[in-house]
Amino acid sequence: MAISAVSATTLREAPPPRRQRLLEDERWLAFVLLVPTIVLLGMFIAYPFIRGILLSVTNSRVGIPGDFVGLANFYKIFNDGIFRTSVYNTFVYTGVTTVFKLALGLWLAMLLNRNFRGKAFTRAFILLPFIIPTVLSTFAWKWMFDPTFSVLNWLLYHFGLITGRINWLGDPDLAMISIIIVNIWRGVPFFAISLLAGLQTISPELNEAAAIDGAKPWQRFWHITWPLLLPVTMVVVLFSVIQTFADFQIVYVMTGGGPANATHLFATYAYQIAIGTGLLSEGAAIALAMFPVLFLVVIIQLLYIRRVEVR
Amino acid sequence: MGQVVLKGINKFFDSVHAVKDVNLQIRDKEFVVFVGPSGCGKTTTLRMIAGLEAISSGDISIDGNVINALAPMDRDIAMVFQNYALYPHMSVYDNMAFGLKMRKFERPEIEKRVHEAADILGIGELLKRKPRQLSGGQRQRVALGRAIVRHPRVFLFDEPLSNLDAKLRVQMRVELKKLHLRLGTTAIYVTHDQVEAMTLGDRVVVMKDGVVQQVGEPLELYNQPANKFVAGFIGSPAMNFAAVTVTEADGSLIAENSGLRIKLPDEIAQRLRGHIGREVILGVRPEDLTVAGSADLDHPCFDAVIEVVEQLGSEILLDMKVGESIMVASVEPTARVRVADKLRVAMRRSRLHVFDAQTEAAI
Repeated sequence: MAISAVSATTLREAPPPRRQRLLEDERWLAFVLLVPTIVLLGMFIAYPFIRGILLSVTNSRVGIPGDFVGLANFYKIFNDGIFRTSVYNTFVYTGVTTVFKLALGLWLAMLLNRNFRGKAFTRAFILLPFIIPTVLSTFAWKWMFDPTFSVLNWLLYHFGLITGRINWLGDPDLAMISIIIVNIWRGVPFFAISLLAGLQTISPELNEAAAIDGAKPWQRFWHITWPLLLPVTMVVVLFSVIQTFADFQIVYVMTGGGPANATHLFATYAYQIAIGTGLLSEGAAIALAMFPVLFLVVIIQLLYIRRVEVR
Repeated sequence: MGQVVLKGINKFFDSVHAVKDVNLQIRDKEFVVFVGPSGCGKTTTLRMIAGLEAISSGDISIDGNVINALAPMDRDIAMVFQNYALYPHMSVYDNMAFGLKMRKFERPEIEKRVHEAADILGIGELLKRKPRQLSGGQRQRVALGRAIVRHPRVFLFDEPLSNLDAKLRVQMRVELKKLHLRLGTTAIYVTHDQVEAMTLGDRVVVMKDGVVQQVGEPLELYNQPANKFVAGFIGSPAMNFAAVTVTEADGSLIAENSGLRIKLPDEIAQRLRGHIGREVILGVRPEDLTVAGSADLDHPCFDAVIEVVEQLGSEILLDMKVGESIMVASVEPTARVRVADKLRVAMRRSRLHVFDAQTEAAI
């Protein structure tokens, strides 16, 4: 017995080094492969997020670590008139631009889905507003809305539609409309190209079959194209809502939140309070106030997308 | 009623002349099959009848009314597509009911017609399912159902069976034939499969390169092909062709090439009087070649060497070397033949075809 056991051990190959054996184990391998992602997400998303939460329950300011104050910052901002305006603005801004971006993007996608000369070139061209760095293109827009040098005013004046200069960015309502226009301009290409990709997955035979079945063009759109495009549309809208809700660049460059804090959004107001004024914890509270809304949007839309896909 | 007339139909895609001067009269209740290789213009012709493709020139009329300018929905036709084109987000019921809903039929009438069609096609249990949950054959039935419920004047079929597996295809072919006998609606059917064309069609239209080669009943195409293309396209295995030179000896005509020398039967010799000294193409179907016995003395015979023996059970296909060329013969399964056997092969004299070497038209 003893002899045979010994010979069996000596016959066995030398065991691989310990490190290599660990990598053979799938659980360890999975962990090793996931580490880079975990580190990146942790450092750049989870850590700042948690820091933000911790910051929002203190009274820290620039240069002062601060003490724990509970929900005092949140209490304060909910009684802040400018914060309420920012919340209202953010919803209006997101709602109006999303509707227009979807409508215009869908319209553009349907046009681009047809056959015409220079199709590839036009499709690439459409993407331009999306490709140009937002800050640069927004500066160009700011120039176009400038009360003195506005090309828009010049056009309207020369077509005889206005007699005096319009102070686009100086009037609270017009300023809101202006930033909405710029956001729509910037966002339509994303909708158009994504929806175009969606449209191209719909077999043209379906529309032909519907045409023979007696469906008029708008009925074909409503009964065939729209329902089949819906999952793609929902994903695109989801992305756009999140982006728009947390938008910063356009407002910061165009109006800086003005005139008289009339165009502040969550992000710009949070920046103004935290960095501009130095009230770090209050700014963090404002930024965090966005979170429940976005979380809800994501949950609702993801559930909806799943339902459509299961169908 | 469902009489379809095509008059001088042409189709250009930019500079490509896809359909060339097609003239055809399709009678009410007739089942007409367009057949030909890919790119021959058969599907384009069908799509012009459907209204999915504009007509470059010519007139299409249904029951005497020119429909060139009518939208597909106003032509009172129904079409079955190659990929079924079922609406993926609708149930089977809704797929079938869609055309009726669009035409504002009353709800009870829609229900009645859908259930009627579902019964005919045996898909009554599937009405609540989505197309994705169906097999290929079931989808095909739903696509048929969607066409049937409309009670159109003309059915258009665009290779409806080509996505099914071989066994199912044969089964659906039989059902389509039964369905047509039952409904009696005019049907225009496009396929590249000559067997489908022969079995389904009351008449078959053979097309090639946008040109109609021949229109006729299946057996007419088989027995009297108008040209070499039709002769080679219809029938499986395909007809054997041999280029031969016609010469005259002792008052009778001889056809010969490097491996073949046969005395032409009188009925063919008469037609070839004008071709003496010239080359023609001789055509004979595999089933019209037999291993020569003593009874075959008055049939033209030639020598051949067997290269391949294909046992099919119901018949044996012999690939034979005749001079420089290969010929295929279909012989009785009882024949005792082996590779490298030398044979004397007889051609059934009444079944010989000859074609002009230049125009390829039958002589």
